[in-house]
Amino acid sequence: MKRRSVLQLLAVAVVVPFGVTACGGADDAKASGTVRVTLANHVWTDGIKAAIPEFEKESGLKVELTQLGEDQLSDQYNVKLNAGSDEVDVMMYRPLQEGKSFARNKYLADLTEHVSSDSGWDWKDFQKGPVTASTFENKVVGVPIITEREVLYYRKDLLEAAGLSVPKTMDELEAAAKKISEDNSDVAGFVARTNKSAAVTQFSSFLYSFGGDFMDDSGQSTIATPEAKAAYAYYGGLLHNYGPANVSTDMSWPEAMAIFTQGNAAFYTEADSLYKNAMDKEKSKIADKVGFAAFPAGPAGSKPYNIPSWGLGINSASNNQDNAWKFIQWATSKERTLEAQKAGVPGPRASVWADPAGISTYPKDLAEAIAFSAENGVGHDRPLVIAVGKAREIVGEPIVTAITGGDSAAAATTSNEAFQKFLDTDK
Amino acid sequence: MTVSSKSEARPRTVAQSSAFSNWANKHRKWLFASPAMIFVGLLIVFPLVWTLYLSLTDSRGSVRAPSDFIGFGNYLTVLSDFDRFWPAVGRTAYFTVTALVVEMVVGMMIALLLWRPFRGEKWVRVAILLPLVATPVAVGMMWKLIFDPNMGFANQMLGWFGIPAQPWLSGQATALPTTIFMDIWQWTPMVVLILLAGLTSLPEETDEAARVDGANAWQRFFFVTLPLLKTTVIVAVLLRSIDALKTFDILYATKGKGGGSFHEVETLNVYAYGLSFDYNEYGLSSAVLIIFFLIIIGFMWILTRRRKGNN
Repeated sequence: MKRRSVLQLLAVAVVVPFGVTACGGADDAKASGTVRVTLANHVWTDGIKAAIPEFEKESGLKVELTQLGEDQLSDQYNVKLNAGSDEVDVMMYRPLQEGKSFARNKYLADLTEHVSSDSGWDWKDFQKGPVTASTFENKVVGVPIITEREVLYYRKDLLEAAGLSVPKTMDELEAAAKKISEDNSDVAGFVARTNKSAAVTQFSSFLYSFGGDFMDDSGQSTIATPEAKAAYAYYGGLLHNYGPANVSTDMSWPEAMAIFTQGNAAFYTEADSLYKNAMDKEKSKIADKVGFAAFPAGPAGSKPYNIPSWGLGINSASNNQDNAWKFIQWATSKERTLEAQKAGVPGPRASVWADPAGISTYPKDLAEAIAFSAENGVGHDRPLVIAVGKAREIVGEPIVTAITGGDSAAAATTSNEAFQKFLDTDK
Repeated sequence: MTVSSKSEARPRTVAQSSAFSNWANKHRKWLFASPAMIFVGLLIVFPLVWTLYLSLTDSRGSVRAPSDFIGFGNYLTVLSDFDRFWPAVGRTAYFTVTALVVEMVVGMMIALLLWRPFRGEKWVRVAILLPLVATPVAVGMMWKLIFDPNMGFANQMLGWFGIPAQPWLSGQATALPTTIFMDIWQWTPMVVLILLAGLTSLPEETDEAARVDGANAWQRFFFVTLPLLKTTVIVAVLLRSIDALKTFDILYATKGKGGGSFHEVETLNVYAYGLSFDYNEYGLSSAVLIIFFLIIIGFMWILTRRRKGNN
């Protein structure tokens, strides 16, 4: 009895793990008719999620969807793609953030043939900027799905009460923020992202409008130029002087948007693709009081960024690439792009922007601001390097120094050295 | 033929089976432990060896990309980094020691209060244990909302008493103490649990004898209860210090990558995570983790030596 029990237990201990492994293997083998799609939490994702049953019916394929927050998505890719995993077929990624690094590491499949094979789907219809951002060494590695420009969100009622018109220049914006914050003790004149890394993308439009940039054509750091220093001082100064009380240096868009939509700020500069958050009556206390305007002009004019914020790519390790392409082709078709755009997601297709139905759901002032920014915009909102995360931390340093009332010019000089050192090794 | 071969084969099989059973019974200690040992090997030893290997290479961008063996280059880089690494070591030590001391003192006080039976004891125990069952990320998110500088409940409450709003998590000087407070809130109950288990197993006679000899409550605690409880206290210190050293969830959930814009809560764990997942510097990150591992091993060695000495 004793002997038998030892043997029985051993048998169970040895067989169980293998049994479990065998089950996993069987599941993998069946997966060819299933497209595994990983998407970020976004308004675009909400729309596509609702439409997936249509795709499944048309194609006969099954879609297995994983949805994650931006940071978690990025971490998941780092783990899975690094391990060469084939668990992801279609991946939603940020061409300007991870695009270069992913393409360089050969994580993204070459889609050049796919995009040029179907004239009805029409790759030429995609705007030039987004296409450039999704191309690496002359190979198309992604299809853009969402575009963004920075615009000015403002409170119509507060401006009216103060007898002010919508600011068109940086000076007017500062003067208006000052007046409104002085007139209303519980309302900040201005709010925007404050976290060192998160703020970089929104700060970029200020930088360009002051005549600066992160680096020049030869790859040299330019964040300590007089223009850049003026931009740092202006952006940080607005938040330091007229920002929310106890302004933190941790705010990304959800926190800054919350302050604006709770009615605690007069002006807010942010991506246009997030406008639904401000206009949603269930989430926003000021839904019917929000106005939109083109990005205010600095000494170099109004130069907001105009970028593709998200794209769809195919994991190069996936064994299901043809079906993955079918999903991308459907999700980025003219019809789906129009639907997404009508639901509030600015898309990358020229034909959809040309179609009056494409902007029929947008507030008139926002549509005008978008049209203006699309014409004057700059094609990047962060340094175009491989290790973008590290670069953002370095160039973001003077922003938080300025927000906390420190010497941002000195911080820019220090960061400039660090950034140049980084650029020399970012290969 | 068949019958004869069967009759020949049967005794052999039984003999073999019995020989194996004998062998299995003789080595059952190892046989039972072997699945666990295989898993430990796969899940602990292999990653550790792999991390050690990575720490000796210049791996960055992708782990699969070709990398060169650079010896202790990463260790030199890390150990000479006074901007991020050493401040992170300091924060890790500050976080661990402060959280540990407060948790032990408060935990001991609560355990002593709960030691003797009283009315409603069960309810109080359940209430005290509640923070333990919450996920650290959820705890972090909850406190982040409470400590929001403008809309949070903490500052509203201060306002009722006329106290000005505090920056809590958003202040450079206050962020780390605030996260330590969260750790104390969540983990003191575990200390209470361990100490209470130790207290209830103490013999009552010694306490009674001290009482008869006229010792007051303080004297009884310091000269009778505490020395008897020493082993339990060291177990609690050991468990809590390991946990506090490797705290990550609360810090990441409240301040994000880099431990905030000024790295104000960046401990060694947060630093290593950022190096891997934000910077893709796998060689450097592995070096930090190996150094961190050695620090923990060293710390545990000192504590366990003390414990042995006490025994």
